[in-house]
Amino acid sequence: MASKVIQAYYDDDDVLMHAVKKVKAAKHHIEEVYCPFPVHGLDKAMGLEPTRIAITSFMYGCLGLTVAIVMMNYIMITDWPQDIGGKPSFSYIENMPAFVPIMFEMTVFFAAHLMVITFYLRSRLWPFKKAENPDVRSTDDHFIMEIEPHGDQAALMELLRESGAVEINQVEK
Amino acid sequence: MYTFSNRLKIGSVILMALGLMGLAIGFVSAPSTVDEARAMVAANDDGHGGGHDAAAETHTAAGDHGAAAGTHEGGAEHDAAAMGDDHETDHGEHLLHQLQNRPWAAVYIAAFFFFMLALGTLAFYAVQRAAQAGWSPLLFRVMEGITAYLVPGGIILFMILVLSVLHMNHLFVWMDAETVAHDKLLQGKAGYLNPTFFLIRAAFFLGGWILYREVSRRLSLAQDKADDNANFKKNFRWSAGFLVFYLVTESMMSWDWIMSVDPHWFSTLFGWYVFASMFVSGITTIALVAIYLKSRGYLPDVNDSHIHDLAKFMFGISIFWTYLWFGQFMLIWYADIPEEVTYFVTRIEDFKLPFFGMVAMNFVFPLLVLMNSDYKRVNWFVVMTGIVVLLGHYLDVYLMITPATVGDQWYIGLPEIGGILFFGGAFIFWVFRALSKAPLQSARNPFIEESRQFHY
Repeated sequence: MASKVIQAYYDDDDVLMHAVKKVKAAKHHIEEVYCPFPVHGLDKAMGLEPTRIAITSFMYGCLGLTVAIVMMNYIMITDWPQDIGGKPSFSYIENMPAFVPIMFEMTVFFAAHLMVITFYLRSRLWPFKKAENPDVRSTDDHFIMEIEPHGDQAALMELLRESGAVEINQVEK
Repeated sequence: MYTFSNRLKIGSVILMALGLMGLAIGFVSAPSTVDEARAMVAANDDGHGGGHDAAAETHTAAGDHGAAAGTHEGGAEHDAAAMGDDHETDHGEHLLHQLQNRPWAAVYIAAFFFFMLALGTLAFYAVQRAAQAGWSPLLFRVMEGITAYLVPGGIILFMILVLSVLHMNHLFVWMDAETVAHDKLLQGKAGYLNPTFFLIRAAFFLGGWILYREVSRRLSLAQDKADDNANFKKNFRWSAGFLVFYLVTESMMSWDWIMSVDPHWFSTLFGWYVFASMFVSGITTIALVAIYLKSRGYLPDVNDSHIHDLAKFMFGISIFWTYLWFGQFMLIWYADIPEEVTYFVTRIEDFKLPFFGMVAMNFVFPLLVLMNSDYKRVNWFVVMTGIVVLLGHYLDVYLMITPATVGDQWYIGLPEIGGILFFGGAFIFWVFRALSKAPLQSARNPFIEESRQFHY
């Protein structure tokens, strides 16, 4: 379905922040903002939900810890409890200090890697993916705010012009 | 300006009085002869053996592992708790010294613990100044208030060390010429571990720390009245210099004041371990005092982000402490060299609950509670964690001193709690007295505006 969006270009992150607040205040829906670098506070101004990626990371860490414990317990205690240099392999807890480095590293490994993969999946990033930014300038020195127009379009254009946009385009998508 | 509230003043005096009573009872009830000591232990076994968990646990541990402990200790560990049921000729005397040490150890542990809070805060303060941190200048006066305790705390600690040298107690076995005469290992260490040098070193450490604290405080106050930043720059140089001095002296202090109660044992990362313990408890103290003052309306510019930063430090340094604790434990456990491992054998056999409970309090609890970013901004969460962390680090100091001085005759009773109350009261009294002496927000620290605007 073809739909129209309005793209407003800004060349300063402070101007962008004010514009975002203005557009939000006028109850327009901001589709997307393309920035060459992270603009501190932009997510708050846009009213985006906080990320939950740290929570997933914590769960992945718990998973990694579990994997390490189950693995070491099976290999070292259950399957073949050899006497290796006098280490007590009668129960997991007795030999636990020797397993802690592995438990720690597995926790970090799972937490870090699975979180990164989660990030890629959620933000749809992969090799050979087609770039989504509407204008190459948005990776260099321009900020683009993309708004779905509804109701009075002329008023929205006027609002954007007032907010300091250096260029405003209407694009069919 | 902060005014020392009357309720807090009276509260701290009451704490000191109660603590003094507890300590006095501890000293009066310590046995003075071998027979008394035997009678006390016998009475304890008959009367309370079933009732007191700690006593019962100690006893079974001694019984179960008696043989193992015997082989481990057959070598050199004279000061460690001798176990087994065979009554050697010097068993009674050993028992007497352990029981006599108990109130002394209680005083020493509490004195060191509260001194350590002030010293850890001083280290944190110097780090903040040397790093030119932009968030913390709002808390500098709070830190300066806490470090005021260095002077009285240091004097008391030094007096305890002098009394030890004067043979008023048996906290440090190497101070006893009779013991050294029969101990090749101690003779070998006598070049470092001798009473005169020990006291000179202690005076040197304390003098250096107190000197920096006083100089830095003076420069900090002078900066408020100055019309340039010369005092601030001087303070920066003093802080950087102090950190170098502190790292060396703190390490030596930990060998002198703590590791030398176990003079047959040594560990290379011990200085770091003690440092981590004092650093995290110092930061926790800053957080607790700041939250208290804020709740009373004295720190209007301190916001949740400052508390958040302190809580992050508590969280991070708690994990750093655990890393060192485990690094020390695991290396010794893994290699299992008899001359090193006795340190942990006595702790695990006689102090199982406090030894591992401490790890839960200092690691698992802060790890789970302070991991969430939102919780770090909730003041009562930080206070609750702070209290657990402080108790945990008291236990940490307790477990560094007690096994070597009191051994399996330990119990957390009147003298120990009395020690905490007395020094806790003295700490509160001195810290809040110092806080009331200068404005709680410095007027023209170059970073104060950044700190006021700080948000995370």
